[in-house]
This record gives sequence, structure tokens and C-alpha cells, in this order.
Amino acid sequence: MSINQSGWRPEMNAGERSDSATYTGNRALMLDEALIFEIGSLDTTGVDFAEAPKAASRIGGLARNKDIGLPGLSEPEAVRHYTRLSRQNYAIDLGLFPLGSCTMKHNPRLNERMARLPGFADVHPLQPVDTVQGAFEVIHQLAHWLVTLTGMHSVAMSPKAGAHGELCGVLAIRAALDAKGQQARKVLLVPESAHGTNPATAAFAGFTVEDIPATEAGRVDLEALKARLGPDVAGVMITNPNTCGLFEPDMKAISDAVHEAGGYVYCDGANFNAIVGRVRPGDLGIDAMHINLHKTFSTPHGGGGPGSGPVVLSEALAPYAPLPFVEKQGDQFVLVEEETAGEHHAESFGRMVSFHGQMGMFTRALTYILSHGADGLRQVAEDSVLNANYVLRALEDVLDAPFARSGPCMHEAIFSDKGLPEGFSTLDIAKGLIDEGFHPMTVYFPLVVHGAMLVEPTETESKAALDQFIGAFRSVAQRAKAGDTALKSAPHFAPRRRLDETQAARKPVLVWKEPAQAEAAE
Amino acid sequence: MRYLPLTPNDRQAMLAAVGAAAIDDLFVDVPESVRLSGPIAGLPPHASELAVERHMTALARKNLSAGEAPFFLGCGAYRHHVPASVDHIIQRGEFLTAYTPYQPEIAQGTLQVMFEFQTQVARLLGTDVANASMYDGSTACWEAIGMARRITRRAKAILSGGLHPHYVSVANTMAKYTGDQLVTALPELTAEPDTDKLIGMIDDETSCVVVQYPDILGRISDLSDLAAACQAKKALLVAVVTEPVALGAIKSPGEMGADIVVGEGQSIGVGLQFGGPYVGLFGCKEKYVRQMPGRLCGETVDAEGKRGFVLTLSTREQHIRREKATSNICTSSVLCALAWSIHMTLLGEKGLRQLAALNHAGASAAADRLAKVPGVELVTPVFFNEFTLKLSKEARPIVRELADKGILAGVSLGRLYPGEDALENGLVVAVTETTTAEDVETLAAALQEVLA
Repeated sequence: MSINQSGWRPEMNAGERSDSATYTGNRALMLDEALIFEIGSLDTTGVDFAEAPKAASRIGGLARNKDIGLPGLSEPEAVRHYTRLSRQNYAIDLGLFPLGSCTMKHNPRLNERMARLPGFADVHPLQPVDTVQGAFEVIHQLAHWLVTLTGMHSVAMSPKAGAHGELCGVLAIRAALDAKGQQARKVLLVPESAHGTNPATAAFAGFTVEDIPATEAGRVDLEALKARLGPDVAGVMITNPNTCGLFEPDMKAISDAVHEAGGYVYCDGANFNAIVGRVRPGDLGIDAMHINLHKTFSTPHGGGGPGSGPVVLSEALAPYAPLPFVEKQGDQFVLVEEETAGEHHAESFGRMVSFHGQMGMFTRALTYILSHGADGLRQVAEDSVLNANYVLRALEDVLDAPFARSGPCMHEAIFSDKGLPEGFSTLDIAKGLIDEGFHPMTVYFPLVVHGAMLVEPTETESKAALDQFIGAFRSVAQRAKAGDTALKSAPHFAPRRRLDETQAARKPVLVWKEPAQAEAAE
Repeated sequence: MRYLPLTPNDRQAMLAAVGAAAIDDLFVDVPESVRLSGPIAGLPPHASELAVERHMTALARKNLSAGEAPFFLGCGAYRHHVPASVDHIIQRGEFLTAYTPYQPEIAQGTLQVMFEFQTQVARLLGTDVANASMYDGSTACWEAIGMARRITRRAKAILSGGLHPHYVSVANTMAKYTGDQLVTALPELTAEPDTDKLIGMIDDETSCVVVQYPDILGRISDLSDLAAACQAKKALLVAVVTEPVALGAIKSPGEMGADIVVGEGQSIGVGLQFGGPYVGLFGCKEKYVRQMPGRLCGETVDAEGKRGFVLTLSTREQHIRREKATSNICTSSVLCALAWSIHMTLLGEKGLRQLAALNHAGASAAADRLAKVPGVELVTPVFFNEFTLKLSKEARPIVRELADKGILAGVSLGRLYPGEDALENGLVVAVTETTTAEDVETLAAALQEVLA
């Protein structure tokens, strides 16, 4: 009798399976999954309910009689459906996620446990304030940390995301100017390198956006800025460190110049991870800065939200902060809403959102902050900057790094497509990285660097993880330079090949239609 | 520190590799005058999981949670039972720690869920299309007003008195900067909502009429005539749904003719969470899709002809259009949308109808029981799972008094409309499948005592 009955033997290679179809279309653990509309039914439910007691119907003839079209699945089928779908996603939990400007750091699971405590999760926002003092205390403690870390006067906690926070800051500026009779100040100066939300927000608030040029060194051109300041300028929106991953050394001078000219300084705090605990933006003279709790303070990205964007404010802008907010009066926490705004907050520009803000994100962020403490947060900034510089120096010989010669970067490193051969682009390198098992870096942002590749590893990557990433990136870049055409059709190993985005936009299919319906529509 | 993988040896080796003698060399661009020399004073140092748990748990204990008391609050956030598997699935790392699906080849999980969510939302609201979520109902509402302005090129929006006062407040704030002129009103303690009055107010300058369905007092009415009246003047009807479970029992605003239907999805899959994060629902007629804010997921094919999904119509959005975008939104609320979608899939149509029936039956029985308490009058005879009582005394102090006794008795209109004498005896009571008959008895007895 031979041993090794079920293990590999040489003659097995004779039946080598070519890259052909399986019956299911699956590839071992790579499982395809249909839509709930294709596998569920209107008669199936995965939830058991008690019988509804007999009671008079009082919906006044508005009964919904027609089928809605919502398929159900039993619990086992539902769990399988979503588990299979989850496996078609890249995630921080799987590997390094080098998206510049997004700060894809590890999402600690203690945060999730704390957010789910019933005292936080099962509490209604309109309960009498005496019954939710603990929740207010969380908001108050987090607010204290944010104000102290940034060296600012106060903080508006209610904005629901970074862009919402930008809106808050910009509206506070508008309110402050209007209060001084300065409605004529209608221009906001925004660098061309700014994140798209900056000009979008400014435009929404009724401002006209003008570009601030950059210097060769990738910073705001201070002299050009000073030349443009005037009685029609409301202020500036600056990101610091900027979107090229560089600290703006003239930031204080910028703030001083803008203040002297009668304007205000909005700082986009998306890159706070580079300087938390090492620099206080308040010391740089800013008037408002949103903080992305889902970036610097680790609340999970969740596939695209929810976020949270509290806004720290200078003393000059504090009176205009939106409602509501939490204040401590003696031993008690109170909620200042429209009703009690009267004496101390009469100049608030108003309410931005129903209820109080992203409480679930506050508990997570406070848990994160308490875990790190003042020393840990400072270490976060240092390690994030060290990691980015390590990546920059390891790749600057194979990819063009436009600012590498003039000094270190902060928490993110930027490369351009200069030197790539004809027919090869940043996009091809990105797609090649996918086959290597990484999510690509941020591409084509900021606009000021041609074919930009913005790499932000964050502080939660080990040296080994960085080394592997560097090796993969190097390999893909070298393949591009050697003209490897396989890159043009990458990725080859992902659940899907490149998708036709043009068709999706030209003939949008945004909801499922039953096949008969879809044919009739054509 | 448990979240920081670099060891002191690593740091040393890496500093050498980048040609820096010390970490300060990498911060050389920071002017001396603003460099902090060490950890900020007055803030505590790092702490163990155990210590942090103790701290946070102590804070959580200071709150009276809905599960610990007879609970009757609604007014824009509702307590429903979320099946156990929802929370497990959303905590899978591939969902929790994924990013916005800008690289669709490795984000088909998120994208397919978004597509399913969009379809479920559109069908529930009765609209042709829906987006992949907004921050919440209140921001979805003001975005709808903005969208109506862009479509009609008119600036006057008429807001029903039955619209949630926070939503009105948000719309008022935003209108100061967008040039929308809002016509608003307070609700009245009447059995009928203000639908007829609104019809009479529509003119050639009206961009939209905004109604809540069911409204802030829990009232429901047919929107068909209002929709027709809007259409006759080329204005849009915007319907706001803050309790989507209702749409398992009552007609959808879309099928009654609403042009844009927005809402708060919180009651399905998301939980109370003291006000956030929530998930905004946004649906509209097909012809308006290019004016819709927020993310959209569309179906397409890949290079091998396989069906796949991508973010689409991005030319509306900030990362392409910058200052010309339809909105400044970047993040949405995808993880909450996932929870919503999973819960809705577990329910299915059959389960949703059962859930709605349970809610309505419970609320109907509760209304009957409470109306028998001396000093309590039922104001709203037609409702889904939320109704308004008029007490013989001011309601707000009574709610506080009952809270001290461990009963969360609902939302007083004095809390929502402080200083409005005509409303101060009003109490809005919500009843869901989580409310027991004992809870109702407890509330009835307590009201009887305090109103005596």
C-alpha cells in the first residue's frame, strides 16, 4: 500500500486545469454572488414576529395594497449573501491601504465595543437631559481634547462629515463678516491643490472662489497671496500640511496677512495626522478647522461613511458656532438649542443638522484618544511621518518625486507620472498594484502634480508591511517603465476586470428591474 | 502602544534609511516657535483597554437607556428591534474598514450593496431612483429644497407645519446662504394635517412644497391632491419620511405623485445612537436624476463581460466639478446604509408588512388606553405608530417628572416648540414592536397620577 493517498503525486500535473470556466463560475474561495432580487422572494422573511393583536385600523384608507417589490431571505441565506459580498472588498483589515489624504489607519475594535454599550447606543436624542448626562459628558470630554490638541478656543461638534464641517467653518466666517457689515467680502482664496470639497463648499455658501498659486516648492505663494488680499476677500481655505504632503512653513505669516486685510483663515484639517501632538494649528493663527474623526481619530470608513467633522474655532469665530452644543453649568451638562441660545449664543448662524451630531463617532473617537493619550498621539504623528518618508526615499529612484530633493515630506509622499513611457499612465500603475494585493494610492489628486500618486501609509503599518508594499510598488513601476503591456489590462486577479465606467454614465442603470420590465423599457 | 507596530529598533533603522538623525529632522519645515517640545501638558498619557473600558462604561451608566424603562419617544428617531445578524455582518472587516469604492474591481462588495440599497429605497419610497445615502433626513431635506430650486429655477419653498422643527431649522439656516425663501408655519393641534391649506398657497413662484408623512404629530393624509396641485403650477412636491417602517402599511409618497421623496432611514437597521450616525434616504423621479446630490451606484460590465457595479454620474460631485458641484458632499453613510439594507433583506416585503402591522396595532391599542386616562385627549385619530395627546396640564414638566420615575414618556411639544402656548399641552407618543402592554399600563397609571 502506498502512503500519501490524497496528497500530490507527479502524474497529477498531466491533467493541469487551464484557465477555463467552472460550473458555478466560482474560483475556489472567490465566490460570485447574485442580487437579492434574483435570489430572494416576496414571501420569504428572515425575521419571526408575534401575531399582531387585533386592534382598530386607523390609517384612514391609505393602506399600501400593491406589492412593494422587496425580496426577503432567511437568516442563513442573508448571512451567506453578505458574507460573500464582503469578501469582494479590499479593506484596512486585509492590508496596507495607501490612500493619500484619507488616513487609512487601523480601526481599533475597542471603539466598536464601547460604541455599542446600551448607555450610548440605546439612548434617544430627545430624552430629558437629566437622563443622558453621561452622553453629554462624552461630547464634552471629546470637545476638550480636540480644543486642547489644536490650541483653539472652542469646537462645534454637530457637523456630520468633513465636508459638512467645512461648510460649518465657512458659514461661521460668512456670519462673522455679515455681523461686521462686510457683506462685500465675497471672495475666498483656495489653492488649486485643494480637495474638491473646498471650492464646492465655498460656492455653496455664496462665495466666489479664486486660485492661489503655488511656488516651485509646492507651497502657497505668500507674496502672490498678499498681493491679492483686499476689501473683497473674505479669507482663505488652506490645507496644512497641504495636499502634496508638505508643511506650509509660512502658515503663520499667511494668517497674519489675511487677518490684517480683514479676512479669516479656514484650515482643512484632513492632514492633522501628521502634526497631532507636535503642532497646534491654533498657534498658526487659523480661525476654523474641521477635524475628520474618521481620519486622524480612527473611526471606521465603513465603505464610504458615516464620518464626523467637528470644527475647532478661534475666539473671533466662536460666537457664530452652530447650534446645538453641550455646555457644563456647575455640575450639570446642558444642551444649548434654539431655545436657550438667547443670551450667550445669540449670534450663532443656526442649526446645521437635526439632533446633536455623530454620537456613535464621538464614543469611538474618545475611546481612541483615551487609549493613545497625549504621548501616544504625538507618537502617531511621528510614526506616520517616518513611515511616509521611508516610502518616499525607497522609491524616489524609480518614480519621479517632485519635492523629494527639497526636503522631507510629512505623513504622505507624492509622485508624478513623469518618466513613464508613452502609453503608460498612473492609472496602469494603480491597477497593477491591485494584482499585488494592495488598494492603489490616491491617483490624479492633487491636480497640481501631473498624474499624481499620493501615498499615505499611516502609523499603523509595520516596517515589514511597508517593505512589502515598497517592493510591490517598485515592481509595478519597473514593469511600467519596461513597457509591460499586461499592465494595460490589469487587474487580472481581482473579482472583476476593469469596468466600463463610460457605459455606466451614458446609460445609467441605478436600480434593479425585473427582466420583463427592463425589456419593455428598451 | 498596542496600535503602533513600529519598534524602537525599527524607528532607528528607518531614520537611518531616510538619512535623518532624529525624528525632529523630518519636522524641519515646522517653525521653531510653534514646535511643541513634548506631549501637551494637562492631558493624560496612554491607557490600557481595561482602563479605557472602565472610563467609558462609567459614562455609559450615567444614561437611562431605552431598554431600561417604558419608552415612548419618536419625533424623528424610533426604537425598533434590529436582528442580531445585522450588527455581526457590518462588523466584518471587509465592510467596516473598507473605503469609498473608487477602485471598483476590489470594491464590488460595497458597490453591490449600494445597488441593492438604492433599489430597496426607491421601491419603498415609491420613486424611480434613489441615491446611495445622505448624512441624515434633515440634510437630505434641505438638499431636496436646493434641488427643487435648481430644477424649477424658483426660490420660494413652502414648508408644511407638520415638518420636524429641526428640519425646518436646518432649512432656515441654509436658506440664508442659498437665497431660498422659505414659508414656514407651526403645527396646530388638530386631527387633520395642513395639506388643504398648503394647496391654497401654491403659486407661480413656488419651487416646492415640503410635507412630512407621517408628520411631526403622527398624522397621515393622502398626498395625491397636493401632488396634482403642485404639478398644475409646475412646482415640485417633496415628501419627507422620518419613519420608513410606516411605508410597510401606508401608501408611498412616490405612488401618490411626489417628485422627490427624502427621509431618515434610522429606524431600520441603525438604532437610536443618541442622534447619529443616521442614514438619509433620497429618491426622485427618473427625469431629475442628474440634479440629485450624493453618491450613485450604477450597473455595468467588466472587460470579460461580467456584470459589475461602479460609482456613476460623478460629474455631479465635488471631486470632479469642484465649485460647480450639485452639493459639497464627499462622505455619505454607507455603513448605516448597509445595516439598513441587511435589515430590510431579512424582513423582506412580508416581514416589513408584519412589522408595520405590529407597530400600528400596538399604537392603536395604546392610544385607546391612554385616551381613557382622565385629563388625556387623543388629538390625532389617523396615525401609524405615533400619535399626539393633549394633556390637561403642560406636558414638558410632566415628561421630566416621569423621567425621574424611570418612565420615558414621549416627546413634549414644549420641548420641540418652546414658548408656543397653543402647543404646550401636547405630548407625542410613539409605540413600536418593542413596546409592551405593561409599558403602556405603566405610562397610563403614571399619567393618571400626575394629572390628578
